[in-house]
Amino acid sequence: MRYERPDTMQAATALLAGAEAKSFVLAGGTDLLVRMQNDDFEADLIVDIKAISGMAKVTETDDGFVIGAGVPSVALFEDTALVAAWPGVVEAANLIGSTQIQGRCTIVGNLCNASPAADSVPALVAAGAVAQVAGPSGTRDVAVIDIPTGPGKTSLAKGEIIQAILLPKPNARTGDAYLRFIPRTEMDIAVVGVAVNLTLNEDGTVIAARVALGAVGPKVILVDTAAKAVIGSKLEDVVLQALSESCSAACTPINDKRGTVAFRTQVAGVLARRAAQTAYTRAGGK
Amino acid sequence: MSSIAVATIINDDKVEFLCQPDETLLDILRNRLGLMGTKEGCGTGDCGACSTIMDGRVVCSCLVLGAEAQGRTIETIEGMANGSKLHPLQRKFIEHAALQCGICTPGFLMAAKALLEVNPNPTETQIRFWLAGNLCRCTGYDKIVRAVQDAAAEIRGETT
Ligand SMILES: Cc1cc2nc3c(=O)[nH]c(=O)nc-3n(C[C@H](O)[C@H](O)[C@H](O)COP(=O)(O)OP(=O)(O)OC[C@H]3O[C@@H](n4cnc5c(N)ncnc54)[C@H](O)[C@@H]3O)c2cc1C
Ligand code: FES
Ligand code: FES
Repeated sequence: MRYERPDTMQAATALLAGAEAKSFVLAGGTDLLVRMQNDDFEADLIVDIKAISGMAKVTETDDGFVIGAGVPSVALFEDTALVAAWPGVVEAANLIGSTQIQGRCTIVGNLCNASPAADSVPALVAAGAVAQVAGPSGTRDVAVIDIPTGPGKTSLAKGEIIQAILLPKPNARTGDAYLRFIPRTEMDIAVVGVAVNLTLNEDGTVIAARVALGAVGPKVILVDTAAKAVIGSKLEDVVLQALSESCSAACTPINDKRGTVAFRTQVAGVLARRAAQTAYTRAGGK
Repeated sequence: MSSIAVATIINDDKVEFLCQPDETLLDILRNRLGLMGTKEGCGTGDCGACSTIMDGRVVCSCLVLGAEAQGRTIETIEGMANGSKLHPLQRKFIEHAALQCGICTPGFLMAAKALLEVNPNPTETQIRFWLAGNLCRCTGYDKIVRAVQDAAAEIRGETT
């Protein structure tokens, strides 16, 4: 196995594109190094992207935020402008692991590891985030929802690296929130995760919504029926009930030691209702 | 596999070492540099026994490659006391009997030190959340939390 730490994205993509057999990008390493401990893990090349300029920065632009692929979760929480704009994305990223994990883990690593239970992914999808993908023949923008294709699988081609996550500038009166269920209060994998992003008009009516579910299917699910259920409302009880039901109906979970199909399906509805109420308040609704 | 030359700063000393690409920082500290204070519990990021501070942030050294230490500043438990003078956290851990077997202790101390650097006056809840990635099989955690609170008060100059 070789370890390389290139200082340009071009060199990094060239290394991966030309690589022998098995190669991996290294960001925070909190998934990759755990996998490396397995006896059956094999890699010919590890490309550490953290020395590439721009990787460790969050930049606010006219269009929103550019989050470099090397930014650890804890640094998102330290960025007050980002917290004000996308509190749900930041709270989701801050649920990943312990303090020690937070100092290293990245949202891009969370996305590319492609676990169905990845905490930051539903929040990024609800926020309408875009992945900026660098490859041997240039860069392309891909909606975050189109990156994972199933457990452990992504749509990235050989030689491609996500260099940044782009979060749009939120419209006026926009709020987002993420909630997950785990059996303890810290350090566990989501049994269900729900992210809601709402935009209101001046009288508090929802005019745009995105609702995304994690850990209840092979990949993150964007629930259009849930968004339709809340648009035009002020989250009255009947609307919240319809939101819950559409989220539960969208679930296609597995049974495992963390939760049964019935439990996950029901909890998705409950969390959707609560996350929607938080998002509504954050958007300025009363 | 070819060796990688790494230059780093550990506990204020310039340190150079050679490592294999798949060696972790934890392996390097213990096996190559003789810094045995950093412990290995799980090797997979779950227990915090291997906690060290890298560029000011507490991390699991079992989830950092040795090669990644290039150009970084690393603090381990060996650098915590000032000569024979213990750090207030170390003293308070002893006073409060916040350790039994001691395997988890260096990790707790590094994590608690990093906490008090960003938050000199944490609440009990904040301490418990911050230390949630450090596991202890012996103490039941209460004494650890009290030792951290007491050390924080001393560092703030409120008690001795
Ligand atoms: C103790 C512990 C607790 C955890 N708790 C949680 C939790 O609560 N919730 C949760 O969601 N996850 C959790 N995780 C998993 C992990 O921490 C997260 O998935 C984290 O976000 C991964 O980010 P990373 O930067 O460390 O990824 P890495 O390990 O560096 O990379 C992960 C994968 O993505 C690929 N990759 C990384 N960056 C890029 C890129 N820029 N372009 C293309 N591919 C890339 C890597 O090759 C690798 O396959 C936990 C892990 C541990 C060890
Ligand atoms: S040995 Fe590193 S976290 Fe357990
Ligand atoms: S004192 Fe034994 S594990 Fe904590």
